[in-house]
Amino acid sequence: MKLTGAEIFVECLKREGVKTLFALPGGVVLKIFDVLHQQKDIDVILTRHEQGAGHMAEGYAKATGKPGVALVTSGPGMSNIVTALVDASMDSVPLVCFSGQVSTNLIGNDAFQEADNIGLSRPCTKYNFLVKDVNDLAVTIKEAFYIAMTGRPGPVLVDIPKDVSMNKADFKYPGSVAIRGYNPTYDGNKWQIKQAAEAIVKAKKPILYVGGGVIFSGASEELLELAELAQIPVDMTLMALGAFPGEHPLSMGMMGMHGTYWANMAVHYSDLVIAVGARFDDRVTGKVSEFCPHAKVIHIDIDPTSIRKNVNVDIPIVGDCKRVLRELNQILRATANGEQKELRKPWWDQIHEWKRAHPLTYEQDPQGPIKPQHLIKRLYELTRDRDPIVSTDVGQHQMWAAQYFTLAKPRRWLTSGGLGTMGFGFPAAMGAQAAFPDRLVLCIAGDGSVQMNMQELATAVVNKLPVKVFIVNNQYHGMVRQWQDLFYEGRYASSYLDVVPDFVKLAEAYGAVGLRASKVSEIDDVIREALAVDKPVIADVPVDKYENCYPMIPAGGCNHEMILADPPELKKKQAAGAQVVGEDKDTVLTA
Amino acid sequence: MEHIISVTAENKFGVLSRVAGLFSGRGFNIESLSVAPSVDPSTSMMTIVTSGDDRIIEQIVKQLNKLIDVIKVVDLNESEFVERETALIKVHTKPEDRAEALRIADIFRANVVDSTSMTYTIEITGGIKKIEAIINLLQPLGIKELIRTGRIAIAREPIRPAVAQPKRVAKE
Repeated sequence: MKLTGAEIFVECLKREGVKTLFALPGGVVLKIFDVLHQQKDIDVILTRHEQGAGHMAEGYAKATGKPGVALVTSGPGMSNIVTALVDASMDSVPLVCFSGQVSTNLIGNDAFQEADNIGLSRPCTKYNFLVKDVNDLAVTIKEAFYIAMTGRPGPVLVDIPKDVSMNKADFKYPGSVAIRGYNPTYDGNKWQIKQAAEAIVKAKKPILYVGGGVIFSGASEELLELAELAQIPVDMTLMALGAFPGEHPLSMGMMGMHGTYWANMAVHYSDLVIAVGARFDDRVTGKVSEFCPHAKVIHIDIDPTSIRKNVNVDIPIVGDCKRVLRELNQILRATANGEQKELRKPWWDQIHEWKRAHPLTYEQDPQGPIKPQHLIKRLYELTRDRDPIVSTDVGQHQMWAAQYFTLAKPRRWLTSGGLGTMGFGFPAAMGAQAAFPDRLVLCIAGDGSVQMNMQELATAVVNKLPVKVFIVNNQYHGMVRQWQDLFYEGRYASSYLDVVPDFVKLAEAYGAVGLRASKVSEIDDVIREALAVDKPVIADVPVDKYENCYPMIPAGGCNHEMILADPPELKKKQAAGAQVVGEDKDTVLTA
Repeated sequence: MEHIISVTAENKFGVLSRVAGLFSGRGFNIESLSVAPSVDPSTSMMTIVTSGDDRIIEQIVKQLNKLIDVIKVVDLNESEFVERETALIKVHTKPEDRAEALRIADIFRANVVDSTSMTYTIEITGGIKKIEAIINLLQPLGIKELIRTGRIAIAREPIRPAVAQPKRVAKE
């Protein structure tokens, strides 16, 4: 029996096990929506903006490890989702995005709502397809899922012209895929792994520098075994939080620009850096020429281009983190003879000294303004029993969340790392909630970021996605303000948000629950109340406007040269409060 | 340092833009690029002339390999190779220079592929030095148009010691 392209599309998604589709219709994809409307296996979540659909699919993918799937229309539908594709591309998120396209006979004619979707998405996808013939549709979809999920995961776009969704073809879903130019390497080179094991056994000051790749490959157990076997401290990148239990004695917390003092000092003074599923991003390395200057570097990554892209590597191992670590552990189990603990005692003494010298701190005056760190710490303490999934937006609150919201397990942390996409957190949380309706999903947002995808509040309400959004509201683009404080002599160019909406009323206007904690003493009650209701909650928490995030490695600085607190002259300026340049009136609408 | 990279890729639409986009997106140089179908019509061969230090070249090779439509990448500088380029040169000559133009073409073993009363179109194939040399000599006569293919290159087969053939004994 022949099926239409739209029917084939839906059949293929079912075969791929897709349960949730984040979508927004338009002229050229109506046929597909019509078919979707008449089936029950795939839940269609209608978003209010295509960017929201993209980030929801990302949140879904990050939380589940399965591909996130989005469907948008041609032209503006496609261009709106480009940000999410770039984001997924930077953070290796398996996303399969379907875009509508004008009919094949109109392509290239500047037709209504036509855009060059392939051209738009080429630099921000792992691969993209234009389906010109309905007979190719099933194979293409199969390949799209395969490419998105294998090797280093990433976004794939499939562009479906209107006539392809209307035309009919025999449906046969291929059982397997063979692409001659695409053969990811999963098993690491055995000789190289042996070299790595030898280096690990001998090292006096080793450090594990782990990235998001550990999470994608599901290598947390192997990582834990390696760290414990060889008594190696574990530095995590922003993307890796949760890959290693945050409260484990070997955990060093986050490294990088706003990482902990000891995590950054350790990597700088280490004699062996074992990078696993990480890509030596500039936010981690700081000044790249002086990154870990005393260390030999082992780099395990599935993507050969990550190796030696930014720093020189002594022992490169291309392969899947899980498989390589398993192999490595096997050798270490035989060779690590228990002497490592003794050998590395001075190293651990040094690390403990760093920890004692500069712990993460803030001062919360019980009567004073709420410190953002305190809010996040309380949120962590009051929700940790429920093993929540936490998403963040981008900025100061994201870094504070990374510092103070300790995670025990992988796939609990949804954040935009590589691209730093403000507006990511709220829809990403909704995507995770759609995957896990019974779990607690928190979103730690900034007042600037959250407004970038605020419209999705409607999606949350309609689809009963009870995410709990906590807005760390400092009425600034806080990270921008911090940089202006430190590097632009306090000239707050366009970082002050003169008008911030009353988020409580806004939530209520959408049919969600709005809450506010204005005093330190109200924080716990607001958190408890938010957790108690079975509806989306927007909790607005006005915080100290001038709190800055430390430690901080200035862009291009060395990892051991951190700013640990506000410079004294800045403190004085802040004490003067409202006299800070740029903020001369307080027209905030909050009650 | 200049490198010549040979790429075998799927012969389908959009592949060239993926390769070109990779170079522009990552700030790599392309000095010349030539593409045409291979023996197997489902693949095409590209010769890319680029430059950079060892780390950049390593990245270029790896990034090209990462492209899903790319089947094989060879940095020809790692072994011996032969390179060629073809140029078509339209020389607009004064009557008294026409003999000279032909003489130059002859010296370089170039062919005249089109001629009018005022012009000769000369086809020259060779290494880059040869092409540049003939251009230099023809320039004073007046080059009206010049088109070059960009370089193509192929690895030399390694020379293996001749293997002694087993003697055939004719049966009687």
